[in-house]
Amino acid sequence: MHTQIVLEMRGISKAFPGVRALHNVDFTLRRGEVHALMGENGAGKSTLIKVMTGVYAKDAGRITIDGATIHFRSPQEAQNFGVGTVYQEISLCPNLTVAENMFIGRGRRGFVNWNRMNGDATRLLESLCIPARPTQELSNCSLAVQQMIAIARAVDMECKILILDEPTSSLDEDEVRRLFALMRELKSRGVGIVFVTHFLDQVYEVSDRITVLRDGELVGEYAASSLPQIELVAKMLGKELGDVAGIRNRRPRTAESGIPVFEATGLSSAAGVRPFDFSIHKGEVNGFAGLLGSGRSESVRAIYAADKVTGGSVRVNGKSVRIGKPIQAMKLGIGYLPEDRKGDGIIAELSVRENIILALQVMEGFFKPFSRKQAEAFADEYIRLLNIKTPSTGTPIKALSGGNQQKVILARWLLTHPEYLILDEPTRGIDVGTKVEIQKLVLKLAEEGVSVTFISSEIEEMLRTCSRLIVMRDRCVVGELEDSGLTQNDVMHVIAGGAEKPCDE
Amino acid sequence: MRRVKATGFHLLLPLSVLAFLVVVNVIKGVDYFSLSVINGALYGNIPNILFGASELVVLAVGMTLVTSSSGGQDISVGVAGAITSSVFVAILLGADKITWWTIFAGFLAGCAVGVLIGAFNGSLVAVFKVQPMVATLILFTAGRSVAFLIDGKLSPILANDLTSRIGGVMPGVFIQTPILLTAVFIALIALLLKTTNLKLYAQSVGVNEKAARLNGIDPVAVKLLTFMLLGVCTAVAGFIAVCKAGRHDSVNLLKYIEMDAILAVAIGGNALGGGKFSVTGSIIGAYTIEVLNRTLLRLEVDTEAIKAVKAVFIIVLMVLASPVVRGYLANAVRRPRSGTQTGTVAEEAEDGWVSAPDAFRGREAP
Repeated sequence: MHTQIVLEMRGISKAFPGVRALHNVDFTLRRGEVHALMGENGAGKSTLIKVMTGVYAKDAGRITIDGATIHFRSPQEAQNFGVGTVYQEISLCPNLTVAENMFIGRGRRGFVNWNRMNGDATRLLESLCIPARPTQELSNCSLAVQQMIAIARAVDMECKILILDEPTSSLDEDEVRRLFALMRELKSRGVGIVFVTHFLDQVYEVSDRITVLRDGELVGEYAASSLPQIELVAKMLGKELGDVAGIRNRRPRTAESGIPVFEATGLSSAAGVRPFDFSIHKGEVNGFAGLLGSGRSESVRAIYAADKVTGGSVRVNGKSVRIGKPIQAMKLGIGYLPEDRKGDGIIAELSVRENIILALQVMEGFFKPFSRKQAEAFADEYIRLLNIKTPSTGTPIKALSGGNQQKVILARWLLTHPEYLILDEPTRGIDVGTKVEIQKLVLKLAEEGVSVTFISSEIEEMLRTCSRLIVMRDRCVVGELEDSGLTQNDVMHVIAGGAEKPCDE
Repeated sequence: MRRVKATGFHLLLPLSVLAFLVVVNVIKGVDYFSLSVINGALYGNIPNILFGASELVVLAVGMTLVTSSSGGQDISVGVAGAITSSVFVAILLGADKITWWTIFAGFLAGCAVGVLIGAFNGSLVAVFKVQPMVATLILFTAGRSVAFLIDGKLSPILANDLTSRIGGVMPGVFIQTPILLTAVFIALIALLLKTTNLKLYAQSVGVNEKAARLNGIDPVAVKLLTFMLLGVCTAVAGFIAVCKAGRHDSVNLLKYIEMDAILAVAIGGNALGGGKFSVTGSIIGAYTIEVLNRTLLRLEVDTEAIKAVKAVFIIVLMVLASPVVRGYLANAVRRPRSGTQTGTVAEEAEDGWVSAPDAFRGREAP
């Protein structure tokens, strides 16, 4: 049995300034198996892979390939040793041909024998059943085929280990099937495949074994056949099945009467959420639950018109309205704290003051700038209110820590005094103290009559703050859980697929 | 105090360059600051610099706005100035008699054409997402022929007192008119930035377009607006230039000024990649370029060699201003201090996170 092991990692640790990314993690890959690496965002999957391929140097631990201890200093070295990697974003050159992409940078001499290269490419493509011609320009191929060509490039020379980092995230179902066929083909040739994904169904379709990481630590290694989906979710989230998590310190908010503050029917967006219905009452806190990539962010983005809205009707306080762009949502009293703080939230180079007043200032209008004094007063007020730690109001926001940046964005929306506030992962990547502060703030806002939609990857956090959960899987709403009798298990069951509603068109 | 330091820092480079050039000039001869009054107007090195830089200052201001919002540069400003001024000239020469009113009407027509040009360039950039330099390359290539056609394939001469007063001196006024016009222009821009949110909007779009949109700003409108404002700037610059010259030479009017305008923005400490900007910096940058040109003349550098010497000077300047050197200097300054602020630590930690994948990407590339 021991000879079957191709890659063995023992006691791997890796720390970044201020963060312990991996702690004493083991990972074993056998010949001819598909081994899924699972874990929530930030669990350490990517770091483990990057240690595996020599992108990061490990702080501690040992890596052996075929019994020999190795120490890669660069991905190139790993590649030469038979460790191929294909990343989520395709890193090929779209304007070169298929064959060029497969062999470029490999020739030892400066000359290229085009005929031989194209011939080799044809043989390899055929043997892997990849539907592409060597002389075709890469950009003419579908994304799936491009992905396969990236794999072909990686497996070309005596590849023993193939690492696929989220290869399916941009593929449709048909393309995924073809990719899986290729993976099975490689598997039958004895290649060990590490498969990283957050699509649960796909894991069970191709994987033999599953290793789960959480918060940089190893949860365990399991045979896919003996680990039910619900247990996998439990392990990823760090909750044992049957562990009915403790106290829920919130007031029941069931019998809400009257017209909803916000109501949507059949809402859908260009980002690919299936049409869904949604409503929220005054002072209610509800949330979208689901794993990353389940469409929960896309749903709230559709509400705020952050992505192009493609269908559905919307009512605010009972009045039929059209929300086609963010400014319209803002004027209707909707605020939105985006999931991607760095990409969508902060204006990095501008000051804390400018970042705080931005939304209100835009609502005021182009010709009504706040006086310097007024802007300072707003900034000071909210820096005090939310206890934002910044040297001054003029400090660029990028100089602040993540938690304080998040508070600045929160301040930006509180300043607009919204009727309905959408918070997408407001607590991600920030310290525990700030997390609790934000949760308390949400409940306080609700008491003051603000409706809040709260999204978090931590179900416990959502149970504590939300009175109603909308559960999503594979970009559609699969269940809605009301207040009474809401437990972690219920939520996990629905997330994992004990669906109340089937997920189809 | 802290504010003064913060805003002062980016002006450090242009101001020190300016000071350096002035010192060189004074060493060359102490008569540098001498002034004389000829026909009731003030002349001398300083007035000449202010006079000569007028068009460049006006264009640098507009270029700053476009750079901030779009993260690119408009290379058609000189050509646009030639077109707007040809319209101005055409209206003047078409009128029976040149009066202040016809001049005013011609100027407004020039501005309108400038706005149109800006809208054309701006929509290519904002709507069709063409890289600004490529988008404006169209007009850069075709524009002078357009101006030539508007001129009626001639170089029309503006032989009248009124326009030569605009390009020279008004009777009874101590200072040359272009200097005054530039001052008025700067005052109007200051007023615009004071009474609108242009700066906040343009900077937000330039730094993070996605976030700006999610906060209700329309990035397309903001970019269009900055290009249209630059269009007005080209009309003002064309107006001043043609009045100075007294005739409209569609081939040589404001020739190569676009590169100086971009350079002024860069010397002013503004990032050419967009985002935060300082109009003051650009204005100082524009005057610095004019001082540099005149310094080289004063040092009696061969006319053929002037451009090469200027280029060397600019290379040195740009290397000094580059993030690499600035980072090095900042480190050299910071190192002696032991206790760094928490804010800085957080920033560095985050940079560590960012740079790791970046470094990785660099290594992945074949």
